[in-house]
Amino acid sequence: MMQVRHRGGGTIVASFAVALMLDIMPLPHWAALVRPEWAALVLIYWCMALPDRVGVGVGWTVGLLLDVMEGTLLGQYALGFAIIAFLTLKLHRRVRVFPLWQQALTIFLLIVLEQLLVLWIKGITGQSPNLWLYLLPSVSSTVIWPWVFVILRNTRRRFQVT
Amino acid sequence: MLLFLLLSIVLMTVDHRYHHLESLRSALSVVVYPLRYVVNIPSEIGDWASQTFASRDTLQDDNRTLHTRNLLLKAQLQRMDALEAENTRLRELLRASKKVGERVLVAELLAVDTDPFTRLIVLNKGSSDQVYPGQPLVDAEGVMGQVVHVGPFTSTAMLITDPSHATPVLVNRNGLRAIAVGTGASGTLDLPHLPNNADIKPGDLLVTSGLGGVFPPGYPVGRVTKVEIDPSLPFANIEAEPAAHLERSREVLLVWTNHKRPPPQAAAPDGKVSK
Repeated sequence: MMQVRHRGGGTIVASFAVALMLDIMPLPHWAALVRPEWAALVLIYWCMALPDRVGVGVGWTVGLLLDVMEGTLLGQYALGFAIIAFLTLKLHRRVRVFPLWQQALTIFLLIVLEQLLVLWIKGITGQSPNLWLYLLPSVSSTVIWPWVFVILRNTRRRFQVT
Repeated sequence: MLLFLLLSIVLMTVDHRYHHLESLRSALSVVVYPLRYVVNIPSEIGDWASQTFASRDTLQDDNRTLHTRNLLLKAQLQRMDALEAENTRLRELLRASKKVGERVLVAELLAVDTDPFTRLIVLNKGSSDQVYPGQPLVDAEGVMGQVVHVGPFTSTAMLITDPSHATPVLVNRNGLRAIAVGTGASGTLDLPHLPNNADIKPGDLLVTSGLGGVFPPGYPVGRVTKVEIDPSLPFANIEAEPAAHLERSREVLLVWTNHKRPPPQAAAPDGKVSK
């Protein structure tokens, strides 16, 4: 079997770094409530585009870093992101050929799932935020997805990440 | 996949129940430090610009107000010194334990956001400055919160308005003890479990009582804003407003209380004030 050469690992790392920075960018309180889950979106994109490179392990690591940055329980986003990565890997053949709006709907479901999981963990550990406010980021993530997708696709082609 | 699932569940359980993971958290906080630093840069530039391009008039104005304020504070401090000496003397007469002065260190907030449903802030001082978990945090007006996670260069602190934070307080007027619980809203504290006939009214100053051992006694926490007495409920519905500028302060003071480790004397003199 031929050995496939991977290229552009730096680009992937840089995109995750930018996403994590957007996740902690200071915003006014109302805007912070609708902040899209940038890191999750980037993770879904890479899992879809390069399923043999970015998978559950990467998702878990990014989630753990997000846990440290947000000061939440260690492992809570790690679990959510690992599950997102797992499901995206399962679905990537189908979702890749969807038109953008159908992709966005799939992303909505994935992010809602991750958020409900995190909400559930928060509930177990004794803090339960308002459910409807809490789910707003999944809506904003869905709305922003087409742009994230196009930008990341162009970046991938530009830097020839394989 | 299963491995990662198990790993996260174990991590969460250990982090929630025991506190063995602080070292892992502080190690990871070094990894994310560059990201936090970069996110903080724009607001640093904003600060720098507003200071550099301030007009001469504004600076003179500032200078004048600060001079006046300084004079006032100095006058108050003179009286305070005399009172403190008298207090120590009286305490010695009573053979009570002497109150030792507290050490403080100025820390700056990093302009980064955390989970919008909690009230956490990130500071630019960490264990390299002897910050420890549970350390109280105050600003010029009152108590802000306490440190919850410490990394080598940064630390995370919980504000007193966080829904999972409770501050032991007493009413300055009559010494009535209470607990001030955060609500998650930025400008309100809740005082649950006070009976309907408790002697408390709007405008009362709440100060830390020193019970619980985290906060040193005597720092202002807030002012009572609302006392609602409903005879059908067992407890009065009392709300208070935090005294500290929780959402506005850029600089905060970390306090070392008496029985906790003091910072070494040999640390850098900038920003360090000892009383």
